[in-house]
Amino acid sequence: MTLEILYFAWLRERIGAARETVETDAPTVAALVEELRARDPHHAAALSDLSALRVAVDQELRDFDAPLAGAREISFFPPMTGG
Amino acid sequence: MIDIRVQAEPFDYGQECADFAAAQDGAGAVVTFCGIVRGDGGLEAMEIEHYPGMTERALTAIADEAARRWALTGVLVLHRHGTLSPGAHIMMVATAAPPRASAFSAADFLMDYLKSRAPFWKKEHRPEGPSWVAAKASDEDALTRW
Repeated sequence: MTLEILYFAWLRERIGAARETVETDAPTVAALVEELRARDPHHAAALSDLSALRVAVDQELRDFDAPLAGAREISFFPPMTGG
Repeated sequence: MIDIRVQAEPFDYGQECADFAAAQDGAGAVVTFCGIVRGDGGLEAMEIEHYPGMTERALTAIADEAARRWALTGVLVLHRHGTLSPGAHIMMVATAAPPRASAFSAADFLMDYLKSRAPFWKKEHRPEGPSWVAAKASDEDALTRW
């Protein structure tokens, strides 16, 4: 499947891109993270600590064990600091 | 009755409060809150990044939940993004209800959820360089109150 991957805040800066398109068969978010880490050292460093990250699947906050079947847009970002 | 706005433009807090109050039917109380950029520690600017699309969805979901829990006649959530100067208004919430307790509680609830469930990220620009604001454990803990 084809997924749009979005990055925000310091994650975007460390990876050096706000978005990328990937082809993957990863069944879960966690499996997708494993694939993304293998892309280059920037991805590996930025995605090294899942406890420092949050993920949204099609713009809904989810856990890292969430399935990717049917998903189109996966977004990674640090804990939010609005208000 | 639920009004969600995400915008780069400044807003007139006084005018928004007056307009919100005037639009309520059956409310005995209006509670408003405004967040302001603090200029302490030599802060030069506050940059606010957000996730267009998800931001509006998340804010709407939080406001819907507030309206489900309390009998409100109106909810306004307005949040800016972009680069803001010290003293600038970042965001505001307004709630209205027949009794004041519901309006206060709903505004408190909206702020707690907005801080750690709406996709905004703050970056501070100071003389020594820029840095992303880290989320506080207390912000996450605040959600257990509800």
